[in-house]
Amino acid sequence: MIQYSDNEMMALAAGRFIKDGDIVFAGTGVSILAATAAKRIFAPKAVIFFETGGIDPSLDEIPMAVADLRAMAGTSLNSGLIEAFSIVGHRKLHTVAFLGAAQIDRYGNLNTTCIGDYFKPRTRFSGSGGACDVATFASGVITFMQHEKRRFVEKLDYLTSVGWYKGGNSRKELGLRRGGALAVVTNLGVLRFHEETKEMYLAEYFPGVTIGKIVESTGFPIDTSMAVEADAPTPGELQILREEVDPQRLICQAVLAAPQK
Amino acid sequence: MNRYPEIADRLMGLDEAVSRFVKDGCQLAIGGFTITRNPMAVAYEIVRQRVKDIHLVCHSNGQALDVLVGAGCVRRLEIAYGGNGRYAPTCVRFKKAVQRSEIEFEDYSNYQMSLRFLAGALSIPFIPTKSGLGSDLMNYEGFPPDIRREKKVASKKYAKMQNPFSEQRDEVVLLPALTPDVTILHAQFVGDDGTVRMKGLTFADIEQAKAADAVIVTCEDIVPRSFIRTDPDQNSLPPFFVDAIVKVPYGAHPTACYGFYDYDPKHLNLYRKMAEDDALFREYLDEWVYGVSSWEDYLTKVGMEMILKIKANPVIGYAPGLDRK
Repeated sequence: MIQYSDNEMMALAAGRFIKDGDIVFAGTGVSILAATAAKRIFAPKAVIFFETGGIDPSLDEIPMAVADLRAMAGTSLNSGLIEAFSIVGHRKLHTVAFLGAAQIDRYGNLNTTCIGDYFKPRTRFSGSGGACDVATFASGVITFMQHEKRRFVEKLDYLTSVGWYKGGNSRKELGLRRGGALAVVTNLGVLRFHEETKEMYLAEYFPGVTIGKIVESTGFPIDTSMAVEADAPTPGELQILREEVDPQRLICQAVLAAPQK
Repeated sequence: MNRYPEIADRLMGLDEAVSRFVKDGCQLAIGGFTITRNPMAVAYEIVRQRVKDIHLVCHSNGQALDVLVGAGCVRRLEIAYGGNGRYAPTCVRFKKAVQRSEIEFEDYSNYQMSLRFLAGALSIPFIPTKSGLGSDLMNYEGFPPDIRREKKVASKKYAKMQNPFSEQRDEVVLLPALTPDVTILHAQFVGDDGTVRMKGLTFADIEQAKAADAVIVTCEDIVPRSFIRTDPDQNSLPPFFVDAIVKVPYGAHPTACYGFYDYDPKHLNLYRKMAEDDALFREYLDEWVYGVSSWEDYLTKVGMEMILKIKANPVIGYAPGLDRK
């Protein structure tokens, strides 16, 4: 039987969403693993870029932060934040952003700011960074989460980045022209959003994971009627991931820590 | 004899640059981003001079932000992101300071902060964006009303307005411009004419510099006019934006400087470990900031072995194969 880590399964499950021609906004951790896997395995004509301004780096080594020198090596262009955000929201481009979060709600809204009261938080996290911005401007957002009840909550302690907002048409009514939550990839499976209500549903469960486990790890009721078992990684996919994407095994083996950027 | 007559009045040591431009209560912006090109030598000097009550305005300043907050130099913080990538998903002293209510803080996003610097650079009072609509960034004002009247603090965090060019409902967020008293940044090169050249990503350094009343630039090296003016497309700032120039090789350590050196994983891990504990963090500052007599002394402590390990391959830009765990 093939052995693989949660991060490897998550990277591949997310990578499958990327199509040739997509412009992929990557962070670090499993996000950059997924973006690079997408390009090397599923969509060679996708372009990876970073909010810091690095566009289409060669990624011979995996960056450990979005400002890592590896995000500016072998690029087609090195610029800055303003330029990077002009790409995220560009009307001619189909941009997909990979994000992480400490909390998520049923509409895919994200919290990367704090747990508890904003002014006196029990736990303070890094804050928005570029997350609120890409959630505003990108064509779609894929979020990586550890699947735990305390992270999949009825109500966020702080809404940092807007997904489908209050569901239905509410995102558009805010004045946001496009975008929204495309999928959530966790260590247990893949969740997507209903076309009309914009509520989260279980689309795929990973091999070895039960639907019951996912239901009990989610802090709100979740529709599982459309769930199917996800394909396990193939030996070929894992080989590319381990030997080309992350040869130093910095992220392939690591346990996901949230929130990430 | 002065080797650099054109910039002689602006060329100085770290001590003079900080004492002249970084005052108690000043509004300060920092160049670089998380683990890259933070002006660390200046940040350490600010700590050594025990500058107080700084109003720090940041997008994603990692290491310098955390050292300044941890050392108690910062009273007020406007911030998008306090993290150091995989080396500290949330900057440790920043996290503690917020959780213990030791600083006044207000959250924005990276793009919002970059736009605010851009507005300052353009001499316009505010700038619109769609970013923030629906977010709690626009629901929570971090600063209490009584400090809204203070110098360099915006009278409100943001405003919303209807797009005046549209008949349909189309809301935008208006963000107040930032004009810091001083911006500090680290560049690869400064010409002996004062021209600044940053290599790799420039983040929001250029907007931060142009928005500020004063700019301190530290650099890896000072290079001849003939070099910096041969390929001016590569340059980042003209000389007249720069008020102080300090040559500080490895001046961004333990953060990275494209083409010169990588980040120092060992030091970043050591820092995170020591920052977790108040007593250990004081030891860190004693050992690495207060206790060093000069920049050469600091680099001696880093050690030749690590200096060589993180030395960038000048063609690739970073140190390939570096153990980054």
